[in-house]
Amino acid sequence: MRVASRILPVLLVLLLWEGSTRLGFVSRAALPPFTVVMQALAGLVADGSLWANAAKSVPRSLVGFAAALVVGTLLGGGMALSRPFRTLVNPLVQVLYPLPKSALIPLLLVWFGLGDTSKSVLVFLGCLLPVVLSTFNGIAGVNEVLVWSARSMGASRAAVLWDVLLPAASPQILTGVRTAIAFMFLLMVSSELVIATNGLGYMIGALGDRGAYPAMFAVILVVSALGFAADAGFQAMSAHWLRWRE
Amino acid sequence: MSGAVLPAPVPAPNLQRLRQAAGSCVALGGLLVFWAVAGQREWIDPFLLPPLGEVLQRLLEDVQFGEFATNAGLTVYRTALGFLIACVLGIPLGIAVARSAALRWFCAPLISVGFPMPKIAFLPVFILWFGVYDTSKIVMVAFASAFTLVASAEAGMRGVDKVLVWSARGMGAGPVGLFFQVLIPAALPQIFTGLQIALPTALITAIASEMLMGGAGLGGAMLQAGRFADSVGVYAGIVETAAVGMLVVAAMARLRRGLLHWHPEFARR
Repeated sequence: MRVASRILPVLLVLLLWEGSTRLGFVSRAALPPFTVVMQALAGLVADGSLWANAAKSVPRSLVGFAAALVVGTLLGGGMALSRPFRTLVNPLVQVLYPLPKSALIPLLLVWFGLGDTSKSVLVFLGCLLPVVLSTFNGIAGVNEVLVWSARSMGASRAAVLWDVLLPAASPQILTGVRTAIAFMFLLMVSSELVIATNGLGYMIGALGDRGAYPAMFAVILVVSALGFAADAGFQAMSAHWLRWRE
Repeated sequence: MSGAVLPAPVPAPNLQRLRQAAGSCVALGGLLVFWAVAGQREWIDPFLLPPLGEVLQRLLEDVQFGEFATNAGLTVYRTALGFLIACVLGIPLGIAVARSAALRWFCAPLISVGFPMPKIAFLPVFILWFGVYDTSKIVMVAFASAFTLVASAEAGMRGVDKVLVWSARGMGAGPVGLFFQVLIPAALPQIFTGLQIALPTALITAIASEMLMGGAGLGGAMLQAGRFADSVGVYAGIVETAAVGMLVVAAMARLRRGLLHWHPEFARR
């Protein structure tokens, strides 16, 4: 019942979309009716092009994202635990943080060309900072009493890190990872729209240039659904991991 | 109350601060020295990493001949206008959603669908609707920043401490006074956090749409340089973009300090 009540507004919007285009309130050239878009989607699924491009986009983005998770937690943890390391790395983080990551697209084009590498590196750089900052803030913000108690009860430094600091910091780290997921999709689509020969973002641009608007809307809906599903899935997973909290 | 008017105590220069400054100099200076030396010795292909001197000279030229002012001005104008539109529409909507259950029923699922989706994917749609000039870039920026603003305004309004509301009512505040003198100020920190998250997003979106659509602006100029294999231009563009990004982020932090100086978050310093 609750689920139905949450889906209803989305259905109403789709109905409004379909109705306004069918009844001619909105020009069909500007907005193809929802059912026409769905037909185009079925076509893209049937001829395999949607699958082929998704199979390009998703792995190369996930590579960058996974690398950002590993490097980001290490950097953020290192910054929180070692003052000299923080003094050295912090200025770089402060300089990189406000730089709009999409500005790096032309640079990565120069360095890595049109292929998969440039997109993976862009996603890596974009996802890195949210993970670094949330890990640093998470670990630096752990109540020191927890650490002292664990030490006084005989925990080694490694055990303190693994059994106390990481679990206590995990809610904040997971928030950073959620931001990183959103950045991953944003940078995946924008880099593929700008420089690519395949991928979902490239597909959107190419279909739009050809004037195949129903198919273009279909791919946009697919990308949006992927972003939503990844976010919802991650939130469900975080809730499961953090179920030990109140 | 009057504490805010008193001058802030001057922080004594201590070892901590000095050490941090030294660390910043070492890290950034080391990077620049490495760049300069690597360029001179040609450890790295000068196409991939052009000499620091050439990039600096290009920067100087861009500033001298007004190219920087034109491009940065256009980018900032698009970002600011789109962001402003998103604020004017998004923040009141967020507040309304927090106040009305019916509106919340309708909007909450749509926001949760729209929030995580990569908004830049809609750029071709806006080009189709609004043409290839400024309008579609500005609409794109507004669309990309609006969801964050709505969500943060809603969360801020809903998070207002009930005790504040009860006390104000108990002391005879009417609905209008309650709204403007209690609810809005209490929600302001979180609304501002939303602004601070959304503004960099707006800048990223403006630059990405400039890259996609070409023309003047920092993004368009950089992509042009990239296409012509002008790597000095690309590096100069990144430095210019980083400078604009830093200014924008700093200006927002400053505005927060100015508008929220009464808030406990600034009282400790």
